[in-house]
Amino acid sequence: MNYWQVQWVAYLTLVRKEVRRFMRIWVQTITPPAVNAVLYMIIFGGLIGTRIREVDGFAYMDYLVPGIIMMGIITNSYGNVVSSFFGSKLQKYVEELLVSPVSNFTILAGYVTGGVARGVTVGLVVTAVSFLFTSLKPEYPVLMVLIAILTSIMFSLGGFINAVFAQTFDECSIVPNFVLTPLTYLGGIFYSISMLPPLAQKLSLFNPVLYMINGFRFSILGVSDIPLWQSFAVIGIFIAILFTVALTLLNRGTGIKA
Amino acid sequence: MQALSIQNLTKTYDQDVQALRGINLDVAEGDFFALLGPNGAGKSTAIGIISSLVNKTSGSVQVFEHDLDKEPERIKASIGLVPQEFNFNSFDTVLNIVTNIAGYNGIGMRESRRRAEHYLTRLDLWEKRNTAARALSGGMKRRLMIARALVHEPRLLILDEPTAGVDIEIRRSMWEYLSSINSEEGITIMLTTHYLEEAEALCKNVAIIDHGDIIERGAVSELLSRSMQETFVLDIQDALHELPQVQPFLIRTCKDPLQIEVEVPKGHKINDLFDGLSSLGIAVNSMRNKSNRLEEFFVRLVNQSGGREELDTSVLQGTPAENGKNNTAT
Repeated sequence: MNYWQVQWVAYLTLVRKEVRRFMRIWVQTITPPAVNAVLYMIIFGGLIGTRIREVDGFAYMDYLVPGIIMMGIITNSYGNVVSSFFGSKLQKYVEELLVSPVSNFTILAGYVTGGVARGVTVGLVVTAVSFLFTSLKPEYPVLMVLIAILTSIMFSLGGFINAVFAQTFDECSIVPNFVLTPLTYLGGIFYSISMLPPLAQKLSLFNPVLYMINGFRFSILGVSDIPLWQSFAVIGIFIAILFTVALTLLNRGTGIKA
Repeated sequence: MQALSIQNLTKTYDQDVQALRGINLDVAEGDFFALLGPNGAGKSTAIGIISSLVNKTSGSVQVFEHDLDKEPERIKASIGLVPQEFNFNSFDTVLNIVTNIAGYNGIGMRESRRRAEHYLTRLDLWEKRNTAARALSGGMKRRLMIARALVHEPRLLILDEPTAGVDIEIRRSMWEYLSSINSEEGITIMLTTHYLEEAEALCKNVAIIDHGDIIERGAVSELLSRSMQETFVLDIQDALHELPQVQPFLIRTCKDPLQIEVEVPKGHKINDLFDGLSSLGIAVNSMRNKSNRLEEFFVRLVNQSGGREELDTSVLQGTPAENGKNNTAT
């Protein structure tokens, strides 16, 4: 068996293990985002949204849905990798990978694919839930899937880097709580940045999540605060940077080798 | 061919802690080799480097003539590791833990399952295949780690204290199994253990490491032949009022008044001891080795090498270990 065959089988094994992990604890991994989505749609879309006029020509509930789906994708792809890889460090079974002929690229690819699988699964569940409140049909379905996957890849890489450095469970939750959640909430889930004062609009442009949410919203509604090419450019640049950092950390053995 | 060849291997951890100070070690293919040493001697660091869990500071490691720096994947594919600590996902099932490792080694699902069944059956774990690892007993967890290490059929199996905390029955069945895979399947085995009777019973060759240096190495039989004395515990008929003196034997009392401890220097017949005791009217009911011979040799060697001195050849000539609590007479 040649090198590439070994890597391919190892990759499939790692992905299977990751998917099995989050499916085994689906009550913790899949259900909460669905419940959260229902609450957001009822409270913001249903109760508050009825008092808000249209945004960019769409009912507020319809405007809200892409952002809520994307929020589930972002938090779950990040959370899956950070908890899975940190758990493997904590229980030391990351050593199973380190002593096996699995390349660092394959390890990273396996964990990231696991994160994408959970992010996309949650995205599908939240999308299904949203049909209870809206009857949206995506304008550009292929684009929708593409942006969802690329965003998942980006945040899975972020979760991996977080897990490499984390020494405690607290350190796994600092970034999601104090960085990811504010960026996501301020990234245009609930509003168009055109509704903000000029300074806030300019500051919002430094928030990478804005580009993902608007790209995704464009794929569903056909409207966006940001040109589509800029969304792809930002996602692409972040993926390239995070991938390089994550692979370098793995090659150095940071956090996993003495 | 050498299964393992280590040259000038050093490891310095943070704060200048030197775990390995330039060790050289060769393990021949097919050998059953013991790496012995007290806690903190550098055994696990050496094993960690060989199995890619620890980054070396300098030196070279070759496994079946593949260099660790140039062909790490080929080395990993030829090594099976049973580490000291349990390092599997305790929430995963026994079967998944074993088949995952097979998968990481490029073995497809069907073949992974076949091999998992083979090794789990041989190690008496197949009935537990759908049990979460956390529900296994300590002995079962040890056996699971051996099955996991063997599933990709490595040529070199490294076991870091594989029988720690395992009851004697399971330990002996594990010895039997390890001996069989060494002799029948030709798997080279490198073992660390604190049970020196284990090393004496299983291993052909041994190296002793202390303070990051290899202080002795050779065939077990050769090292034992250099051991200059054996200590026996004798059960005597009646309690003694004073210690007998039988030259050239060193006799000590034990806590039990109906036992004495005797050091028999190499080259002297134990019959002479019995004759001497008999002439003093001391009847001996039975006798046994106080500890196994390798253990005595090891303790003496490590005591002598304490600190950073090079091994003195006088160590090999056998200086009796003194026990301050005992009364001694020669």
